[in-house]
Amino acid sequence: METPLVLEKWPGIISTVTIGAKKEEGGTCLNPVKIGGQNTLPLLFKEGNTPNKPVVALEVWDIPPQDWTEELMSVYGKALNDPFAWAEKCVNEYKAQALCLRLQGTHPDFGNKSPAEAAKFVSAFLSKIKVPLVIIGSGDDAQDNRVIPACSEAAKGERCLIGSATQDNYKTFVASVLADGHSIIAESPIDINIAKQLNILISDMGLSLERIVINPTIGALGYGLEYAYSIMERARLAALSGDKTLASPFICFVGQEAWRAKEAKADGEQGIIWETITATSLIQSGADLLVMRHPSAAQKVTQYIDNLFNK
Amino acid sequence: MFIIGELINGMYVNIGAAIKEHNKKEIQKCALEQIASGADALDINCGPASKQPLEDMPWLVETVQEVTDKILCLDSSKPKVIAAGLAAAKNKTLINSTTADAEKMDLLIPLAKQYKSKLIGITISAKGIPQNKDQRLELAATIVASCAEKEFPIEDLYLDPIVLPVNVAQAQMKDILESIHEFKIISDPSPKTTLGLSNVSQGTSVRSLINRTFLTMAVANGLDSAILDPLDKELMDALITAELILNKNIYCDSYLDAYRKK
Repeated sequence: METPLVLEKWPGIISTVTIGAKKEEGGTCLNPVKIGGQNTLPLLFKEGNTPNKPVVALEVWDIPPQDWTEELMSVYGKALNDPFAWAEKCVNEYKAQALCLRLQGTHPDFGNKSPAEAAKFVSAFLSKIKVPLVIIGSGDDAQDNRVIPACSEAAKGERCLIGSATQDNYKTFVASVLADGHSIIAESPIDINIAKQLNILISDMGLSLERIVINPTIGALGYGLEYAYSIMERARLAALSGDKTLASPFICFVGQEAWRAKEAKADGEQGIIWETITATSLIQSGADLLVMRHPSAAQKVTQYIDNLFNK
Repeated sequence: MFIIGELINGMYVNIGAAIKEHNKKEIQKCALEQIASGADALDINCGPASKQPLEDMPWLVETVQEVTDKILCLDSSKPKVIAAGLAAAKNKTLINSTTADAEKMDLLIPLAKQYKSKLIGITISAKGIPQNKDQRLELAATIVASCAEKEFPIEDLYLDPIVLPVNVAQAQMKDILESIHEFKIISDPSPKTTLGLSNVSQGTSVRSLINRTFLTMAVANGLDSAILDPLDKELMDALITAELILNKNIYCDSYLDAYRKK
């Protein structure tokens, strides 16, 4: 006799966040992506609906990265010196569905570009690059609070995903995102209590929970991956059980973490494997948007997603 | 926790007057306030002063369901009044309540089945109020057995251990709390549990504190539902916190607000 599958029925659903706006929606994006929208745990296709596949976004910086490993530097080559060429390479050559633009050059230690310069750059970027865009600051709170409002306004109507708001620094981000029609990344330090609290603080300012993407902060393989995994799983279980304040899709900065591992730095091929395994593990705990660095790793992960979803 | 708001009851002066004068607004206001404060269902009781409960019950049902689609908990000791409420209800319903007496169960269980209503069974019988845990369990088992025999879904049955005022039956409080836990293991699937909370503080001078302390202890014993005053904010805060401590919701600094946003 065949053993019947034990299927859970969940009352909750993860909100759907769209990144990118088409021309008729007031933007210039050719193919907006949707993330989230599932009402079951990852990859349990028989249990519920998983309308959207996880999306891989490649990272692009406004300045040449200083701390990237040899392997990453050599794969992009000269393109790293020109953000537009870099982005075009990602889109045309590596078929990136989405990009994550990091405004590292606005950091006081890495060029200290002014908010006006950054905004001008974002406008130019959007006029050339037509894929959905995640825009993040340099991580310097004071500078981000000046740069992000300018860049958010420059990207008005493009429905970008903008970050990263933290518990100590979210008000300026939320006000900008709210005014300019974007969605926000809410970042918490591998801490489900803070993730929940931040979502509440953000929604209290009037930005709906449906426009929040949680950055749970992750650790790479060997560096706390399982801790991040369990936090994401716990948040997802709560969300599916009906906790709307945690029912947001997840963005995971996989490339950034994976390439910090000494195992990744030691050997390029190993680095690609490190980034790939970190990403595929997180997909199983519910990652919806993976920000990656190495095109080969991104390609392997995209292939993995297609294999899982196109059964 | 499935919260049943207790305030639409003719024994309260404002509600009693509203029923008498057919003042819909007063009733509807009371319904909406309770829902805004976290009620999942509303108890509806014409009160002892109602001279025409067979008409007042359907009028209350119709009045309340004009403003909400929440579950209505039809509260009367007279099966005919409950039947009149069920016939008028478009919303989902919960019958409050049957005793463990055969003549009541024979009427109300089929009625619950007919209207796809949930049912509260109180562990009391014509012999009187149980005096200890064993008597409560025996009455509970009688109700469960009758439901099973009549093919009423046990997961739709809410058993009420009968809460007595602490100043009357202090020695029974521990038994009442333990009964909540033991009711759950009478059958598989388990029946649910509920209780009329305010009774515990009847006649005392610090009602709200006794209510919320008892509720917290009952929640720790596995209580699924309570009939209470949702406008008592401290009571609701204690309930939300008790559930937090039992890991039913994820902590965050604004967990009280988060719960209310649900």
